[in-house]
Amino acid sequence: MALWKPDPTFYPSPRDAVAAPPEKLAYVATFDRAAARPDAIAVVGTDPEDSRSYGQVVGFTELPETGDELHHFGWNMCSSALCPYAPHPHTERRYLVVPGLRSSRIYVIDVIDDPATPKVVKVLGPEELAKRAGYSRPHTVHCGPEGLYVSCLGGADGADGPGGVAILDHESFEVLGRWEVDRQDQYLAYDLWWHIAHDVAVTSEWGTPSMIEDGINPELLLGRKYGHQLHFWDLRRRRHTQTIDLGDQHQMALELRPAHDPTKKYGFAGVVVSVEDLSASIWLWHDDKDRFAVRKVITIPAEPAPAEKLPPLLKDFGAVPPLVTDIDLSVDDKWLYVSCWGTGALKRYDVSDPFNPAEAGEVRLGGIATETPHPAAPGEPLRGGPQMVEVSRDGERVYVTNSLYGSWDDQFYPAGVGAWMAKIDARTDGGVSLDPGFFPHGEEAFRGRRAHQVRLQGGDASSDSYCYP
Amino acid sequence: MITSTLTAGQLWTLALLGFFHGIDPGMGWLFAVSYGLQERSRKSLLRVLPFVALGHEGAIAVMVVILTVSSSLLAAKVVVLAGGGLLMLYGLWLLLRRRHLKWVGMRLSSWQLAMWAFVMSSVHGAGLMLVAVFAWGPDEKVSALDLRNGVGQVLVNGAAAMAVHVGVMIVTTGLVALLVYEVLGLRILRSMWVNLDRVWAFALIGAGVATLISA
Repeated sequence: MALWKPDPTFYPSPRDAVAAPPEKLAYVATFDRAAARPDAIAVVGTDPEDSRSYGQVVGFTELPETGDELHHFGWNMCSSALCPYAPHPHTERRYLVVPGLRSSRIYVIDVIDDPATPKVVKVLGPEELAKRAGYSRPHTVHCGPEGLYVSCLGGADGADGPGGVAILDHESFEVLGRWEVDRQDQYLAYDLWWHIAHDVAVTSEWGTPSMIEDGINPELLLGRKYGHQLHFWDLRRRRHTQTIDLGDQHQMALELRPAHDPTKKYGFAGVVVSVEDLSASIWLWHDDKDRFAVRKVITIPAEPAPAEKLPPLLKDFGAVPPLVTDIDLSVDDKWLYVSCWGTGALKRYDVSDPFNPAEAGEVRLGGIATETPHPAAPGEPLRGGPQMVEVSRDGERVYVTNSLYGSWDDQFYPAGVGAWMAKIDARTDGGVSLDPGFFPHGEEAFRGRRAHQVRLQGGDASSDSYCYP
Repeated sequence: MITSTLTAGQLWTLALLGFFHGIDPGMGWLFAVSYGLQERSRKSLLRVLPFVALGHEGAIAVMVVILTVSSSLLAAKVVVLAGGGLLMLYGLWLLLRRRHLKWVGMRLSSWQLAMWAFVMSSVHGAGLMLVAVFAWGPDEKVSALDLRNGVGQVLVNGAAAMAVHVGVMIVTTGLVALLVYEVLGLRILRSMWVNLDRVWAFALIGAGVATLISA
């Protein structure tokens, strides 16, 4: 039912969104690696005023099916509902739209009726996505002008690719079709974001289902076959306009984080690993006379480690790659957070000057060779590392979880990746520190599931786009 | 010289509807403000206005032509009954629909802006309200847009109606846009943006019912 006043979680501009109240709950996608039990949305208390629920899993909604491998998810509506061309701000931000990366199912989950007990209200089978859009392996969901944009990694009906974007109606949640009208050389897919006020979309590349589902394939990696390009699109006409190749040594160009300020035309892309020196990198894309150009602005080197601390995959290299698997940009566009899932670090960069990021702080948690424990459980070596990273709208709190992708977890952390979530306080002096009072972890908290993406109640730094500066 | 036979009541109603469309953020002022903010220039904001007016005018003009032609072919009573029924049904549809207009694109040329305003106004049913206005004509049996009154008379009445309505609409649009751009800021959207789509849907239904009763 439509509201009389705009949904209070919609903000016209990033400047306004920064003043949003702190989130009281976080929603975490969790999955059962064995696919024996259903995956679930875990609800974690984030309100420090409520000491009983703070840092605790207060809700756990299991899905009706098994084998989904929940990954990224998004909201049915967000601040882009205030955009001037087709405003519809009286529809609620009410549903989480949650794709199963392995099953190709998409769940619609109501979190307004009882925010701590999400309720599944609709399930779209893989055949809907296949029939209407010709895609499978839905990955990223963003609410936008034409509906919900769902980036999918694979093709349908046995086709491995191309991956691309399916459009869902954001009220009925029916699959409306394939988004691309003209995709040119784009074949691999991963993330999707946009400069909404410039009618520009950007997509990145990981791999097709056959390249990723059984684990990272060293032959493909050393053969430089994983994605290493960015694609720019006319968001309005749905046409591919430009390909930028970062260089094929830069394997897996994953997360895209455009500036929230709609007058700006730049953003950051994270690259997982360079096959030349195992380093990871962050790239800036920016406008350059009607086209886009890129520049590598951050390089994070690999860290040497003795062979006995390395999984079989890395033994010959004698080093741990940082593996930048997720990045997040604060709503005020001043701070970039970078997850180094391999070395077990979360880095904070001052990107007020996007061309010259300056490292401002770092926390260490887990890591392949280090297994740095959390201060809340100093005796427990921690596996996995900061992976999915989400920043609150006011920019003061950063949440991380530790699973990357089931089969890849097993290769990099063969002794078991575990399951944990941590909260990091972004200090005003630019530093970062772990909150010792917030550490849901292990069997008890996540009931044997692994923890992936976090979404914060009411929106977060990677959920909304804004049409006004 | 032919003068308009529209009554003061009709003109006031047209002006009031223009005011309503002017304050509706979905009808144009929000777009104007976004251009102003994006380019950081009041000139960009003002540039949008004539094209919003043009598009809105177009949507009304289509309805004037439809009404004119149908009143010359059909009995006045039939037109009024059909119009009233249509108003009511369209209002109901607006109220119950679970979809909204899908439009993608912020960087529009002037003509695309006019087209946007035309589409937006048409889907909104802006022109449809004319049925109700003209049904309450000076003479119960003869619509203000009936060709049997002479082509000249119809043209004058139609032009007067459009001038009054769109004139008030665009002045309101401009004033609201400037007020928000210069003084209030867009934050007021969060608290002040009443669901005008729903108000409008009720207005259409009400006007439809009133038209049917008066017929």
